[in-house]
Amino acid sequence: MPAVSKGDGMRGLAVFISDIRNCKSKEAEIKRINKELANIRSKFKGDKALDGYSKKKYVCKLLFIFLLGHDIDFGHMEAVNLLSSNRYTEKQIGYLFISVLVNSNSELIRLINNAIKNDLASRNPTFMGLALHCIANVGSREMAEAFAGEIPKILVAGDTMDSVKQSAALCLLRLYRTSPDLVPMGDWTSRVVHLLNDQHLGVVTAATSLITTLAQKNPEEFKTSVSLAVSRLSRIVTSASTDLQDYTYYFVPAPWLSVKLLRLLQCYPPPEDPAVRGRLTECLEAILNKAQEPPKSKKVQHSNAKNAVLFEAISLVIHHDSEPNLLVRACNQLGQFLQHRETNLRYLALESMCTLASSEFSHEAVKTHIETVINALKTERDVSVRQRAVDLLYAMCDRSNAQQIVAEMLSYLETADYSIREEIVLKVAILAEKYAVDYTWYVDTILNLIRIAGDYVSEEVWYRVIQIVINRDDVQGYAAKTVFEALQAPACHENLVKVGGYILGEFGNLIAGDPRSSPLTQFHLLHSKFHLCSVPTRALLLSTYIKFVNLFPEVKGTIQDVLRSDSQLRNADVELQQRAVEYLRLSTVASTDILATVLEEMPPFPERESSILAKLKKKKGPSTVTDLEEAKRERSADVNGGPEPALASTSAVSTPSPSADLLGLGAAPPVPAGPPPSSGGLLVDVFSDSPSAVAPLAPGSEDNFARFVCKNNGVLFENQLLQIGLKSEFRQNLGRMFIFYGNKTSTQFLNFTPTLICSDDLQANLSLQTKPVDPTVDGGAQVQQAVNIECVSDFTEAPVLNIQFRYGGTFQNVSVKLPITLNKFFQPTEMASQDFFQRWKQLSNPQQEVQSIFKAKHPMDTEVTKAKIIGFGSALLEDVDPNPANFVGAGIIHTRTAQIGCLLRLEPNLQAQMYRLTLRTSRETVSQRLCELLSEQF
Amino acid sequence: MIKAILIFNNHGKPRLSKFYQPYSEDTQQQIIRETFHLVSKRDENVCNFLEGGLLIGGSDNKLIYRHYATLYFVFCVDSSESELGILDLIQRWFFHSLEHVGNSVVTVFPLWLSQIFEEEGVLSMHKVFVETLDKCFENVCELDLIFHVDKVHNILAEMVMGGMVLETNMNEIVTQIDAQNKLEKSETFIFQSPRQDR
Repeated sequence: MPAVSKGDGMRGLAVFISDIRNCKSKEAEIKRINKELANIRSKFKGDKALDGYSKKKYVCKLLFIFLLGHDIDFGHMEAVNLLSSNRYTEKQIGYLFISVLVNSNSELIRLINNAIKNDLASRNPTFMGLALHCIANVGSREMAEAFAGEIPKILVAGDTMDSVKQSAALCLLRLYRTSPDLVPMGDWTSRVVHLLNDQHLGVVTAATSLITTLAQKNPEEFKTSVSLAVSRLSRIVTSASTDLQDYTYYFVPAPWLSVKLLRLLQCYPPPEDPAVRGRLTECLEAILNKAQEPPKSKKVQHSNAKNAVLFEAISLVIHHDSEPNLLVRACNQLGQFLQHRETNLRYLALESMCTLASSEFSHEAVKTHIETVINALKTERDVSVRQRAVDLLYAMCDRSNAQQIVAEMLSYLETADYSIREEIVLKVAILAEKYAVDYTWYVDTILNLIRIAGDYVSEEVWYRVIQIVINRDDVQGYAAKTVFEALQAPACHENLVKVGGYILGEFGNLIAGDPRSSPLTQFHLLHSKFHLCSVPTRALLLSTYIKFVNLFPEVKGTIQDVLRSDSQLRNADVELQQRAVEYLRLSTVASTDILATVLEEMPPFPERESSILAKLKKKKGPSTVTDLEEAKRERSADVNGGPEPALASTSAVSTPSPSADLLGLGAAPPVPAGPPPSSGGLLVDVFSDSPSAVAPLAPGSEDNFARFVCKNNGVLFENQLLQIGLKSEFRQNLGRMFIFYGNKTSTQFLNFTPTLICSDDLQANLSLQTKPVDPTVDGGAQVQQAVNIECVSDFTEAPVLNIQFRYGGTFQNVSVKLPITLNKFFQPTEMASQDFFQRWKQLSNPQQEVQSIFKAKHPMDTEVTKAKIIGFGSALLEDVDPNPANFVGAGIIHTRTAQIGCLLRLEPNLQAQMYRLTLRTSRETVSQRLCELLSEQF
Repeated sequence: MIKAILIFNNHGKPRLSKFYQPYSEDTQQQIIRETFHLVSKRDENVCNFLEGGLLIGGSDNKLIYRHYATLYFVFCVDSSESELGILDLIQRWFFHSLEHVGNSVVTVFPLWLSQIFEEEGVLSMHKVFVETLDKCFENVCELDLIFHVDKVHNILAEMVMGGMVLETNMNEIVTQIDAQNKLEKSETFIFQSPRQDR
């Protein structure tokens, strides 16, 4: 094992690592690690004071153990002690440990902050660097609170070393990212902009990164950076490659800085000053020209560096979208890359071209590459590249090439990787609808989709084809004929049976004249698929059958026989049984007139955009994958967007007035007790995944829930036996809730089991962790349960708390909604009037705003309202709204995946006793949910 | 912004992980596993970019990776980073890590060689040769990484800070590292003799 000797720094560590590597089994490894942990623990606890070197060695071992995936729950104190060592190596290991294994233990954070403070003040650049790195790597709110004021000073101080300036810039950037509200803007901003002129290119690079992020949120404040960035860029681009010495990389002058500068410029529109603009255009042209020159080196590093700059320049050209000449050149350049032998370049070219396709100047130029892109789709070995090709085809699609592109995508779908099939299905569905001139083509395309990739066709897609067929009478006959033919395939996908069942039920009469598709043939065809289908589809088919009874009186007998059979009338599934019984009864007792009224053809759906398409149109740009992801997410929230065919026919039976007598006459058997029929399973039922024994929400649960929107503590539920109290606190995207269960009686509760129930959707967005509580609760006693909460992404529903226990001989079952709402993850943001309105304007897309006008439910008291807005979590901004009677607030919703800025405005109208509430956030679902929550409060 | 930097070997064993966003320890391990799963099933010679896994933020993020001998170097970045830039960064970091931690020619040789072959596009011709070398010196670079975990972290810290690229000029980085090494050496003589050191 010659390598062991290389661990010359610390022999003990090297031996330990070798031991681990020589372990033959996982068990042996764990045993060795536990032995070591025990050893370290005893060393740390021992009487003998450890010297710095030993501490360093043991902390190193802990780091290694952590890397192998084992929890480390001690050693933090020793690491913190190392921070105050005067030896570089010890201090450095201490910082390394802290930044890898930071612990939110507040006691410790204070000590760490103290050590950092000392190092920052030490004037020793190495120590300052370590401290700044630690702040940047941990970046917690506590650290921001402690240092956000100090770091700008270090950054702009004249005597700070270059390397420290570099670190300070990035450290500040990190703190701004995590806690923008804690980083004060001030005099230092203009001095930071001037760092773009610094002699040290490392400082310039770091400053550019910082300014880019700051400028995105405060464009006015950093406007002067544009001309400085352009002149800096121009100096780099036009310099001979030797001028920049160390920063020249394989003959490319300062590629990294060029990329950063080009990124910064993408925060702003094209410069207004003609001189600056001319200079920038020169730079961009120079970069494009260089791409045409023969390479100065064959090394991949040379071409990577050169192309990194080139791609960034092209992004800027696309962002400005104002120079047709440059846009077309960019497009040609990308066209060359599409056929490059380097896979990475092909990937990036496809990606950039996607954005280029949305510019009116270059859309046509992009379209000329269609054959190359289609070829890429067919021949690329790499799925990532093929995915980009699909994206580009989607972006370049318009009326002129839709048929070709859709056909190519369909044929690709047959062999596509499973991971991207659903996405392609959505894309094909959107394109087919968007560019359909001829709706027969649209129907064919969707049926093809179902045939090729039925499993990946979501409900939304087949709902949509039905909406369109019902609303366009010119395509109904064709649709009926086509589905009838498609259903004749020996094996067809269940989705096709659904579409077929629905369409024939509505429009089967349009093809009944043809003896090949006589009513009886249609019925037999559908019924031959019946037994292969799932319950929801069978339910839909039963509705089709009753519709047939109305359309074709001649098959009534046959259908009644089917409905009467034991397999229908006594079906174990409640929904199917109910439908069979009711439909059979309806067909027997109702006159033809009543039947015709009840089973009339579905009225046209209100013209509305499909939610996938609506999503698409919002963004003028090409739809990226993200769009579709969102569309997919939205789909699950928006089940009602589709026409739930089965339900529609059921309600046609039970709601319209003629049927009211019918139900009385019909003496249908009482609906078996149990959960309400889940309407054919087509609707997402909140409780569908929970055990059937869960009680419905306790009365008053909604009201209690609403009371907790603006406060965190109080009594959530109370009856004669049980009281449930809550105490909770939230910080950023995390929270902790204590639930107190009080036994109000003098008898023990047995088998006491509280359960938290989240729907699948909610589970993905909100993570709850808790431990079970003691199953017995003595009379008069109180037990406590802690729930750790993390908001992963924005969410709408609330978790349900179900409590089951035995009291005396009886089983008790209580469900309440647990008030964990999106606004709990608010962090208030203070801002001046000017900033507020500027941001307000930035969020002016219609889908970013949600407004609600509602009647006051409580007396309209200004102070109470203020308290509620603050309790809601946002900052209450004074002197912002020109009308002093209005209330204005701002804050940031923290989730693990994103931070969402929120602005709100509440306008009371005392005379009318009404309020108007307006929410603007960068995310539609957030605006929507916050508006719902807050409007319930007044 | 760089969200995370991960190094693991062909079997998915983590060799270095650095997260620039707070994740629980558990999630960190899951992210490593997920990323390994995504990256390891890809062929050699396909492109170096792919969409990030769900745990680290889904398709808004990209994984940019390189595979050297027994190791995967993966950077998870958001859309604000230049793909080619990061790719290059990985390469520079890798080679400089090697130069600074393993001094023997044997350590560096096969990796350099395989890299050069890759660049020249003659990998297939020499593949057998490289594979033999890799076998002879199996895990050489891995060992270097894990025995010098602190040094690799150090070099990384000089390049990336809080998820942002700090310095790209290798000479600058080398100067910093050299200064640190000098400091370290000046402190070493105080330590006890290595024999009693367990």
